[in-house]
Amino acid sequence: MKARSIRSPMDESEARSLRAGEIVTLSGELFTARDEAHLRILELLRSRHELPFRLEGMAVYHCGPIMRQDGTWKVVAAGPTTSARLDRLAPELIRKCRPRLLIGKGGMSSETLEAMKEVGCAYLAFPGGAAVLAADALPEVLGVHWEDLGMPEAVWHLRAENFGPLVVAMDSHGRSLFKEVEDAVRKRSVLI
Amino acid sequence: MYPSSLIEETVVRLLREAECRLPPDVHAALRHALEIETEEMPRSQLMAILSNVDRAAERSVPMCQDTGLPVFFVRGRCDHRVLGSIRKGVARATEEIPLRPNTVDPVSRANFGSNLGEGMPPVHIELADQDRLEISVLPKGAGSENWSALGMLNPSEGMEGVRRYVIERVVRAGSRPCPPIVVGVGIGGTADMACALAKKALLRKLGSRSDDAILADLESKLQGQINSLGLGPMGLGGSTTCLGVLVEKAHCHTATLPVAVSLNCWAARKAFARVYPDGRVKFSQGGFD
Repeated sequence: MKARSIRSPMDESEARSLRAGEIVTLSGELFTARDEAHLRILELLRSRHELPFRLEGMAVYHCGPIMRQDGTWKVVAAGPTTSARLDRLAPELIRKCRPRLLIGKGGMSSETLEAMKEVGCAYLAFPGGAAVLAADALPEVLGVHWEDLGMPEAVWHLRAENFGPLVVAMDSHGRSLFKEVEDAVRKRSVLI
Repeated sequence: MYPSSLIEETVVRLLREAECRLPPDVHAALRHALEIETEEMPRSQLMAILSNVDRAAERSVPMCQDTGLPVFFVRGRCDHRVLGSIRKGVARATEEIPLRPNTVDPVSRANFGSNLGEGMPPVHIELADQDRLEISVLPKGAGSENWSALGMLNPSEGMEGVRRYVIERVVRAGSRPCPPIVVGVGIGGTADMACALAKKALLRKLGSRSDDAILADLESKLQGQINSLGLGPMGLGGSTTCLGVLVEKAHCHTATLPVAVSLNCWAARKAFARVYPDGRVKFSQGGFD
């Protein structure tokens, strides 16, 4: 089956057209952000400061890449990190920054899903650990913010080209594939 | 007796091989998983994983951006010079391969950038009166390490309690340790020993079975049951949740039954070296036995 191609930034209606279970590839812009970047984004917004980048309509990638600088920055390895670590911070970030896509691995909580539903945002799962496959689909570094946080925690502004396979694992209609699988697994586990 | 530069060089090469090339037993297990999965979702995940593995090996770059913490196992006549050389090798590998600098202070989160730090890298030493020095490395990513667990069971719970505990931990970890996982189990010893045994078990070849008949039975039973859960590759459903279950044991206090679980992600990285007094070094990712 040929995966549907989507582009970032995207508008709300397109984000809402993504349905759990679909496999897509992404082209366009994305920003990496993990624990430290989430903390700083929220700290700035809570104290009414501006961010040095705009996340509205964008894809936020839960990723701490390995980068190499040979004149310009290049992505060496950039698989997703465990998104659930960001559950404590993600609902507020989604409501305040209004990204249309989150990309990560392992899925997120029902509180995060609720914020995604409100704002119109979908969660795309990339296979964990497939860091070179991801790097090949991230051919250009458009910028870097907050390098003081260290290489994995900095915010990398990247251009994606046919980045995938991305599974729409949580959609803006409240459906989560991870939750469905986990519920089924739990039921089976008590029988063995 | 082993020149420091030789040990340092060996450590750099061990890390390069472990990080960039999947061990043959793990690669075969993933290919087998792709053969038996029929649904599009698990197949898409396994195909992406295998394509990623090929790309990393071709270009000699790390297969996962979480290059982990390098956990070392050393066997032979080891002394402080060997430890010093391992540390030098880790710092060099971090720069040369490159590895992601993952090692931080647990309180301040300060990062030296070298993957060195207090107590880091971890080195498990087994003293043995033999000429060759065996050095093994298991780079362990955080996604799987965060689901490590120790249970101090009641001895009356027995092997059935151990079986239930392992299943419960795998279910709780769900999609987060990057399945298909490898499950290392340590039974007995003291609490700290059980954890070390679980990690050491992850060095064993997939498909191998414990010499102990009861543990071998537990390994195959757990493997079948974990794969019947339906969690699948990356937790998106499917019939391959684990690639193997490996159990090690040590004697314990009569009033305890420690059981530790160490999960490894599909990128179950490992590499082995044997250093001989005449300066020869043999490398393997499949193990020597």
